[in-house]
Amino acid sequence: MSVIFLLLIVSITVAGLFLAAFIWNVKNGQYDDEAAAPLRMLFDDTAAPEKETKAANINPPSKSL
Amino acid sequence: MKVTAKPIAQCYHCGEDCTADQITYNNQSFCCQGCKTVYQILSKSDLCQYYQLNNNPGSAQRITVRKDKFSFLTDEKIQKQLISFKDDEQTHVTFYLPQIHCSSCLWLLEHLHKLNADIISSRVDFGKKEIDLVFNHQNTSLRSVAELLTSIGYEPYISLQNLQKAKPVLERSLIYQLGIAGFCFANIMLMSFPEYLGLDDAEKNLQQLFRYANMALALPVLLYCSLPFYTSAWGSLTHKYLNIDAPIALAILMTFGRSAYEVLSNTGSGYFDSMSGIVFFMLAGRALQEKTYRQLSFERDYTSYFPIAVTVLKNEQKTETALPDLKAGDTIIIHHGELIPVDGLLTRGEAVIDYSFVTGESLPVVKEMGELLYAGGKQTGGVMELLVMKEMAQSYLTKLWNNTDKQTSHTYSFINSISRYFTWIVFGIAAVAALYWSFYDSSKAWNVVTTILIVACPCALLLSNTFTNGHVLRIFSRNKLYLRNAQVIEELATANHLVFDKTGTLTSSEKQDIAFTGKHLTDEELTCIAALAAQSNHPLSKELVKWLNRKEYFAVSNFNELPGKGIRGIIDQHIIAIGSDEFVTGEKINTHTGSVLYISIDGDTKGYFSIRNHYRPALLAQIKQLQKHYKISVLSGDNEHERKTLQQAIGKKAALFFGQQPHDKLNYIQLQQKTGDRVVMIGDGLNDAGALKQSNAGIAITAGTNNFTPASDAILEAGHLQHLPSYLRLAKANKKIILASFIFSILYNIIGLTFAVQGVLSPLIAAILMPASSITIILFTYAATAIYAKLIRLG
Repeated sequence: MSVIFLLLIVSITVAGLFLAAFIWNVKNGQYDDEAAAPLRMLFDDTAAPEKETKAANINPPSKSL
Repeated sequence: MKVTAKPIAQCYHCGEDCTADQITYNNQSFCCQGCKTVYQILSKSDLCQYYQLNNNPGSAQRITVRKDKFSFLTDEKIQKQLISFKDDEQTHVTFYLPQIHCSSCLWLLEHLHKLNADIISSRVDFGKKEIDLVFNHQNTSLRSVAELLTSIGYEPYISLQNLQKAKPVLERSLIYQLGIAGFCFANIMLMSFPEYLGLDDAEKNLQQLFRYANMALALPVLLYCSLPFYTSAWGSLTHKYLNIDAPIALAILMTFGRSAYEVLSNTGSGYFDSMSGIVFFMLAGRALQEKTYRQLSFERDYTSYFPIAVTVLKNEQKTETALPDLKAGDTIIIHHGELIPVDGLLTRGEAVIDYSFVTGESLPVVKEMGELLYAGGKQTGGVMELLVMKEMAQSYLTKLWNNTDKQTSHTYSFINSISRYFTWIVFGIAAVAALYWSFYDSSKAWNVVTTILIVACPCALLLSNTFTNGHVLRIFSRNKLYLRNAQVIEELATANHLVFDKTGTLTSSEKQDIAFTGKHLTDEELTCIAALAAQSNHPLSKELVKWLNRKEYFAVSNFNELPGKGIRGIIDQHIIAIGSDEFVTGEKINTHTGSVLYISIDGDTKGYFSIRNHYRPALLAQIKQLQKHYKISVLSGDNEHERKTLQQAIGKKAALFFGQQPHDKLNYIQLQQKTGDRVVMIGDGLNDAGALKQSNAGIAITAGTNNFTPASDAILEAGHLQHLPSYLRLAKANKKIILASFIFSILYNIIGLTFAVQGVLSPLIAAILMPASSITIILFTYAATAIYAKLIRLG
């Protein structure tokens, strides 16, 4: 019987994690521009070091500042 | 004649045909110096992948940008307005780049750091055509960043709007609500399964656990996801009417209340599954319906057309001044291609003003020294100087804009009027049932009333409404008609009066009809006329040269031009004159008030060319057809000379009005609305802006969605104007489909209810039927709209 309790907690937690990931994605603006992302992933970046500078600055601070 | 032996090469950069002055560089052909320069810059920085991702990804660079165009970006005050964030090292700024259109653009703009190492990051928002830039302002400046973008063919569009308006905050709460509702719905369904399938007595404690978990999961749905329904219902109640969200909000509260009571009193499992499922489907429908076209703006005013700053000449010194700071008496410099931002007197230079923004008329007008130029015109000549007569806020155009406050009448939408009756009927039934049961078995009365309210919830109506609207909006947008919101569909469906603007709407702004009346002209004579006309910069001469389309040009001697009158010259030993009747023949004989060019050769008047706007032929025939069902009016700013032809083309019953000023158009629409007409206005240009706003549904016509359109309820691409009757039919069908699916779902409910009352419906079947009924309604509206759109040939 107790295994059902365990399963219940696990399943809700896993689903909750996905929900949290979804909310985090929306907050990060991933759903704001649906057109650019599928194009962006097709580019092969030839120069490796540039990736680092790009990744470090990918999120500009909040606009309300 | 047009066939050339050699195939015309396409420009490697922009894909346009390389004509006369083709440039070859690095084995690639370019149409102009500008395109070649962009290629040079990119190839130097090893960015030629730009050309490999798409063929000819660039935009034509024939029109060069003035060198110090962006000098106003050094102004501290203007900078402050544009920059979103600044610290000791970094500056964040967002530019609008209307040229963004393909993956090459995206790739190049996100590799800007290769061109300028001080650009730390650049990120493109494809939908909005915007770029978010971060750069190090120690080593580079805002101006040089803007100039870098311009040099590679992406000139930032900076308008007065950037100066005056705060950016709208992105609205994401609907997505959150949808996500959370989905999560809760799915988990509640999962945990309801033991209940559906039946549990042994030994597992009663488990049953309790599942019920309480369901209640906990239903709480976020009740308290957060349903918020849009509560706010809308409350809003309608404070205005003393019932909209469709009022009974929905009541049903949600009622369902939760009854379910919580059942669970807490240990008498049943409640209806948390139905409640969260319905909220989820309704939110999904709403998200579909409210999907906005972010690349389009329906709220434009004159500020998005006007430049942010203008060059002021003071004591022989040029300074860049922000537009609101401009004062009467200043002298400003307007360059080629720039918009006149204020009313002013022409004091120096040649003014050839294109008022197509304002009137829709595309042929530029030549203005003389000392004439008053109204704001909104675009200079197509060279550099000119203007003496500012009125400050921006007092300009004719600005005033016109601010005058047009739409008197918003409270319109009851069709769906809300149905739901009003529906709500009262449901309340009535519930009251009668409560009365009946309180006499026979008062303990059951509460149960019966809540059951009726839950079952009769108009969610089916709302579902069919939002999903049908959402799908119709999508079909419209696929056919290049973009509506501001779902309410516009209904306005289109109920309209009975169509009002058209003439110039730029009935006529095409790109093409002119030129016809010659008079004695026969030989081919050689035509070539001579073309050679003479080519000498003049007058817009009519230019049109004529384009139309005559000659390959060879003769030399012209003794050329002389009387501005505003005509031109004369000697070609091949003939004296040829082109111009007004007075100039060519010496007397006023013209009965045509349109644009007419008289021709004489060696003093012998040969006849005249008449130049008229080209009517969209398919459209006129369509309007004639529409007359069976609609009143038709045409409002034109032009004079009457085309009344006869137009009346013939679109039918006798159509009301034609000429010489209409912008406020006349507005007044006309107001007048028609007072007599009870529901008016759809179709127009372009700022002179229609007031009328577009005043009408029940204003459709702005645009050559491409990148262009700027006045504020309106809908934006339609000009090439699809002849589909107007189909659009109107689909808008009408929308209502019928909603009604049909509503009746369909009521039948569903009645059948379900009768089974439930007889006790033959097992909980499992009921639990499957509930989402299944929602999904069938959605599928039904989807199929019905798709089939109808096919029938009237909308893709």
